[in-house]
Amino acid sequence: MRTAKGDGRIAFAYLVPALLVLVGLMGYPIYQLVLISLFDYGQEQVSGGAPLTFLGLGNYATLLSQSRFWAVLGQTVGFAAVCVVGTLLVGAALAVLATRVRTWARMALFLAALGAWATPTVAGSTIWLFLFDANFGFVNEVLGTTGLSWTYDKWLAFGLVAAQVIWCSFPFVMVTLYAGIKAIPGEVLEAAALDGASTTRTATSVILPLLRPLLIVVTIQSIIWDFKVFTQIYIMTNGGGIAGRNLVLNVYAYQQAFAASEYGLGASIGVVTTVLLLLVTLGYLRALRRSGEAL
Amino acid sequence: MNRRVSRGLAEAVTVVVAAVVAFPLYWMALTAVKPESEVISADPRPWTLAPTLDSFVRALTVQSFGRYLLNSVVVAVAVVLLSLLISFLAATALTRFRFRGRTTMLIMLLVVQMVPVEALTIPLFFLMQSVRDVAPVFGLNHLGSLVLVHLAFSLPFAIWMLRGFVAAVPVELEEAATLDGASRFRFLWQVLFPLVAPGLVATSVLSFIHAWNDFLFAKTFIISAAENQTLPLALQVFVKPDQNDWGAIMAGSTLMTIPVLVFFILVQRRLVAGLAGAVKS
Repeated sequence: MRTAKGDGRIAFAYLVPALLVLVGLMGYPIYQLVLISLFDYGQEQVSGGAPLTFLGLGNYATLLSQSRFWAVLGQTVGFAAVCVVGTLLVGAALAVLATRVRTWARMALFLAALGAWATPTVAGSTIWLFLFDANFGFVNEVLGTTGLSWTYDKWLAFGLVAAQVIWCSFPFVMVTLYAGIKAIPGEVLEAAALDGASTTRTATSVILPLLRPLLIVVTIQSIIWDFKVFTQIYIMTNGGGIAGRNLVLNVYAYQQAFAASEYGLGASIGVVTTVLLLLVTLGYLRALRRSGEAL
Repeated sequence: MNRRVSRGLAEAVTVVVAAVVAFPLYWMALTAVKPESEVISADPRPWTLAPTLDSFVRALTVQSFGRYLLNSVVVAVAVVLLSLLISFLAATALTRFRFRGRTTMLIMLLVVQMVPVEALTIPLFFLMQSVRDVAPVFGLNHLGSLVLVHLAFSLPFAIWMLRGFVAAVPVELEEAATLDGASRFRFLWQVLFPLVAPGLVATSVLSFIHAWNDFLFAKTFIISAAENQTLPLALQVFVKPDQNDWGAIMAGSTLMTIPVLVFFILVQRRLVAGLAGAVKS
């Protein structure tokens, strides 16, 4: 780390391109998002047919008084929780499994997981839709339930989307935790064995504490990803389900803005989502600090 | 003996899990080569005796998939190259120099990653509308708008991840290079750049996938210029309310998945090392 004078200027020069892009395309839009959320901004205002009216927190008041909004918020949290827990359980279990098998079996598992991970979200959602298609789907054929629509019932539809989300996000958790387990020095485990620790005891008192920072990282990452799910819901439930009963916050904001032309209201939903995620992030930073990582 | 039995059992479970995880992809490829009568069948079979490329032909000719494929490639490659360059410079600045506001910047990088970019569709839509008036290529209905937003979205993570790799290169190396008379510029590109290659590969893969997969922004920005559409949206044209052309949809999905899959398998070792490095650092 150099501290000579003049280095600040060079550092700044290196940072300029990144700053330009980030300020222009992240910072400014965030500011605009908040601004739009304070106005009655609909189709007439966009086309210039009606003057802009400043509503202050009016859009937020509308939102908080909607039972729809609270329902969507609850669904978003519940959906994300199911996805996160599912992803972590599957990912962790398979990471442990991968340490217990020979290379050929591990390669098979990792290759399959890489496939699921690499599949573009749109393609993945469509494949799952087809697998679970009411009339031509393979799953109904196997279960003998031909004609059953997996996307009609609200909770069945949420379950299907959650399963798809877990399918494409567990590989990240699995690969990261596997690398973490492998990085534990053999001497540590040998020492534990010499001290007469049982397998369970080693897992809970040696491996888990060592993996804690990694576990925190993958948990928070999963929360952030699953809270923001858009494409899967949009494609698999055809834009948020029948009468919008499969909406999550992001899809709801999008629909309010681009389908109903209520840009102000849509922006306020976006702000609420962002604030909720920032709270999670703060927890993330605190957790990182507590686990002793320096910035 | 007991150990071998338990390992055999674990391996059997592993193989079954791998098969289940891979099954959707197998089903996609299978459906893409099935004749139409077998796709739209009340009892689908997990094999076909009459493979055909009809669905691919339909996808490529009826909806000019080739064009959309090219558009997707252009956007993704542009994002990867630009983000490589910019994030490498930024990561170097943030690890090799100490200056006022550095910690704040690092925290901002982390915070900005948590912003749900989906929420930014509204302001970005209006921003791209204004950009169109100044520089049409980077405005609505043009691929440039997609390059810009995906560049912005992939930078924070790319910088954050590269930081660890740059920090891992010993400072002594830089001092040695300086003593040997290498300029700062030469050190940057001829010493540091190759040394952080594994990290660059990992971030590139993620930037590529980010841009390649995007559905939302392509849907929002490319509204009336069908020739500038990208693959994820092109796939949706086969989805009809009454009767989906599942064969063509799966053929299109296959075409969309193959490049990412190949890419992933080629770099998987480095990707794993890169991710582990980013998380550990």
